[in-house]
Amino acid sequence: MTLHPMIAALRRHKAGVVLIALQIALTLAIVCNAVFIIGQRVERVNRPTGLDESNLFLVSQQWVGAPSGDDPASVEKLDSLQQADLAALRSLPDVASVTPINSLPLLNSSWNGAVDLKPGTTGQGSFNGTRTTYYFSDEQALSTLGLHLVAGRNFTVADVQHRGFRDQGEPSLVILTKALGDKLFPKGDALGKVIFLNGATTPTTIIGMVERMQVPGTGSWTNSFVWNATLVPTRLDANFARYAIRAKPGRLDAAMHAVTPTLYAANPLRVLDDDSVKSFAQIRAEAYRADVGMAILMGVVCLILLAVTAAGIVGLTSFWVGQRHRQIGVRRALGARKIDILHYFQIENLVIASVGAVIGLMLAIGLNLLLMQSFEMERLPVAYVLAGIVMVLALGQGAVFVPARRASNVPPVVATRAA
Amino acid sequence: MFSYYLDLALRSLRRNKALTALMVVAIALGIGASMTMLTVLHVLSGDPLPGKSQTLFYPQLDPRDKADYEAGAEPPRQVTWIDGMNLLRARRADRQALMTGGAVPIQPAQSSVDPFFSDARYTTADFFPMFDTPFRYGRGWSEADDDARSRVVVITSELNDKLFGGRDSTGQILRMKDTAFRIIGVLGDWRPNPHFYDLNMGDYSGLESVFLPLSVSRDLHLPLNGSRNCWGDGGSDEAHFETASCVWLQFWVQINEPAKVADYRNFLVRYSQEQQALGRFQRSPNVRLSGLMQWLDVNKVVPSDVRLQTWLALGFLLVCLVNTVGLMLAKFLRRSGELGVRRALGASRQAVFGQLLVESAVIGLAGGVFGLLLAFVGLWLVRRQPSDYAALAHMDLTMLAATFAAAIAASLCAGLLPAWRACQITPALQLKSQ
Repeated sequence: MTLHPMIAALRRHKAGVVLIALQIALTLAIVCNAVFIIGQRVERVNRPTGLDESNLFLVSQQWVGAPSGDDPASVEKLDSLQQADLAALRSLPDVASVTPINSLPLLNSSWNGAVDLKPGTTGQGSFNGTRTTYYFSDEQALSTLGLHLVAGRNFTVADVQHRGFRDQGEPSLVILTKALGDKLFPKGDALGKVIFLNGATTPTTIIGMVERMQVPGTGSWTNSFVWNATLVPTRLDANFARYAIRAKPGRLDAAMHAVTPTLYAANPLRVLDDDSVKSFAQIRAEAYRADVGMAILMGVVCLILLAVTAAGIVGLTSFWVGQRHRQIGVRRALGARKIDILHYFQIENLVIASVGAVIGLMLAIGLNLLLMQSFEMERLPVAYVLAGIVMVLALGQGAVFVPARRASNVPPVVATRAA
Repeated sequence: MFSYYLDLALRSLRRNKALTALMVVAIALGIGASMTMLTVLHVLSGDPLPGKSQTLFYPQLDPRDKADYEAGAEPPRQVTWIDGMNLLRARRADRQALMTGGAVPIQPAQSSVDPFFSDARYTTADFFPMFDTPFRYGRGWSEADDDARSRVVVITSELNDKLFGGRDSTGQILRMKDTAFRIIGVLGDWRPNPHFYDLNMGDYSGLESVFLPLSVSRDLHLPLNGSRNCWGDGGSDEAHFETASCVWLQFWVQINEPAKVADYRNFLVRYSQEQQALGRFQRSPNVRLSGLMQWLDVNKVVPSDVRLQTWLALGFLLVCLVNTVGLMLAKFLRRSGELGVRRALGASRQAVFGQLLVESAVIGLAGGVFGLLLAFVGLWLVRRQPSDYAALAHMDLTMLAATFAAAIAASLCAGLLPAWRACQITPALQLKSQ
């Protein structure tokens, strides 16, 4: 069958053809970009933090009436409160290990700074060096969080210092993530090297590197340093504290329930509320709730959009079948088989959908460029558009099948009847 | 004539129920999705203080040192203590208030309520008249209270309900951080959205529970909350923030006459020059004076996800409309015979055109009704989201009317091309082929 008579026939209802092609093009453009956004969000949500997240939970609490000054006596008093809590938590039967820590990945509460290879070059609050997030913790951080040490050694008890929350002063030892180490020392020989934190003039030695650890922030402002974490062997003393706790395998719920009474028994002068004890799974769910919501919304809109377009094709083709009822009868009377009629409508739809797909391809790329300008979007990979084209062509064929079959069932005798 | 067209339209729509349903559902989905997102956008980009916002301005100064200097870059979004106090005391605007956020431990008198931490705002006397805060009981404090460092506090009605069972608590004592404060005012129903006066607290966060004089908060070293930026050797502890080279306070002014706004900007430039001459400022004067709504734009308060979703919804509506145009076109052209008879019997092109438009308006109206229902469902879903703006997503009368207007306008637009095509047919040709 040649395409010529079909195209000649399509000329007779230009407006309808243009509208279907336009609808397919718009659908393709929107669905491609929406699916791409879904893909990006899913990728973001599924990236591993570097922690062993099962059996891990976090306690955040505040002491009431604890000293709030920065004098040494207050700091010592706060540290003894913290030490007492740690001892009480570590003695729980369902707890494997506990570490004090100022934040955790995905917690959106972070202490950020910059590291440099030269002393005093990075001012406070400015980020001339390499941006990083600090985790202040102790020698049990690696085992509690389940971080993988890939080079060097862990902190020892003797390495761990403590200081007031607002005191200045940089540590003499740190553990970096491999990403940060490699960024500072591209040859990969960061271990044992000296760096300067936050523009300090005192040196800090890199004693170890962990494979991967995400920063607490999940907003786009952290995109440039999302894997650049620095572990500092320092307990921060303030009138509040956070403890990361690893429960023994399968004992997460029991350990989480035991924490509040244990802490109140150790010292009743504190505030613990419903949000104070959180499993890491909860922290993860809260951090990415907006992303998951966005992905679901985009998915639903895409499905409805495809359904509307398919319904539109069914509706319009049904009309055309009805309109050409008599002509179909004439063709059948002149010897066309049922399958010829079926193919006619299928190929007609393929031609229209292909034109729509080509326009849609350009629209999809144009829309992507627009979105890249006003939103944080990356370039749309060609694979998404190609998959989209295949999808709309398949959708068109699926939608046209029912009316096309009805057309093929028109009996030849129609040709002999008056209209 | 209209009722006749309406009758014709209903007959025609009934004749092909599946197709009618398809068109109505397509318009309803498009309208429902768009109106849901437009309502959210409307609520989020709304004016927190209608009628007052055009008189409120947020000055920015650049007190930083020469490090990382970039000519014309945006000055810090907060002010230092020294500049804040200088501008406050200069009284060059009609009203001015300096403020920052914090958290205070509240120790209720009754033993049945445990001590708890509550968000607080430390500010100066003009805060209340400048932002037109409603008072259920009592009033705000005066400048004399600021200067005398009076231990007075204004609380929200929620806190008043919690601690005093909603009774008039003015004159009562509230203990915070082991210090007795006298309650002098209880706020009425007030929740400005966005939380414009300090966007560091979360763009759509609720109101702080207690308001007390800034001078008192510094005396008692009450804990601070919010954002701070330091430069040079500025990083110091909170107790010495008055002299630190850090920005950590918000400063708002009220200027009633538009003509005086330029004067205030000039004043800021002169102030910067003076400070530069004194050696405090190292950069040449770099000031901004944004109006309230402009300040919200500068801070990109409306979440980008919401804007993206709104565009998605509008795109969706466009596809639904194209779909409806196609279906209406097919439908109207199929009725060429009927329309030919009407034309031959004397109906003008205009009359036929009007008749077809009535038919598309009926579809639009039905689509609008269902779209409105869908928008209510959509907003209900948005409210179940955990974001801090979720609770604000409610339909108001403007958006309700806009929904119907949009649905009918959309379907009339969709009906224009098909109706125009349908009245182009020549009656004679149609009659002959019958």
